[in-house]
Amino acid sequence: MNNNLRLHYEIDGDDFVVAGEASSNVKKILKKAGFSPEVIRKVAVAMYEGEINMVIYAHGGTADVEVSDEKIVMVLKDSGPGIPDVELAMKEGWSTAPESVRALGFGAGMGLPNMKKYTDEMTIDTEVGKGTTVRMVVYVKG
Amino acid sequence: MKVSEIAKLLNAKILTGEDLLDLEIRNACGSDMMSDVLAYVKNQAMLLTGLVNPQVIRTAEMMDMHCVVFVRGKQPDESIINLAREKNMVVMMTERRMFSACGILYANGLGEAETEQ
Repeated sequence: MNNNLRLHYEIDGDDFVVAGEASSNVKKILKKAGFSPEVIRKVAVAMYEGEINMVIYAHGGTADVEVSDEKIVMVLKDSGPGIPDVELAMKEGWSTAPESVRALGFGAGMGLPNMKKYTDEMTIDTEVGKGTTVRMVVYVKG
Repeated sequence: MKVSEIAKLLNAKILTGEDLLDLEIRNACGSDMMSDVLAYVKNQAMLLTGLVNPQVIRTAEMMDMHCVVFVRGKQPDESIINLAREKNMVVMMTERRMFSACGILYANGLGEAETEQ
């Protein structure tokens, strides 16, 4: 790929049914661009968990993805409630999700840990009452 | 194990993906928690679940899974089936409960999905 690719998505916070469509689209584009299945899966899962989080907790937001030969950078931004204790939120199994979210198959306290696990870099910028921005990077090796 | 054999063993009804019955499935995982599937399953596999919503198909898609089995006779609606069709997946439903569905497949040689940890 000679040129960097920039993708922008508006994540609808009210429609659980379409949650994941942006990640699905990114996955398709990366596949077409010829990235390895491993890189594609890492990006797809990390972004998908992020997308689900935005829908469940933050009434949606935006996702910006920058694709180059070296790395894929995902920036997920929402104007939701923010995360009071990021360290705690990063703990596997720790969750504030209500039963309604768990009934959907999520909210087991694995979202943020999964996002960290599947990416090479992850930073969370959050302020209670203002929102959260998560930046994730997956490096394309070899 | 072919998809057709899985369907036969579980006495399952194929809801979409009739053209993929010869697809070879080597391993599977059973879970109602999609985040667990996203966290631990490493290689291509089949998903058995009692959870019925479109995110089951999305999760399978992200994990490169080609086959989803809904257990306990749960009927996915048309939007779920259409989404799976769009993603070129096989979807089936069985009256079997999770435990027995997994047990039958395991006893017949289907492996456990390789996990990261």
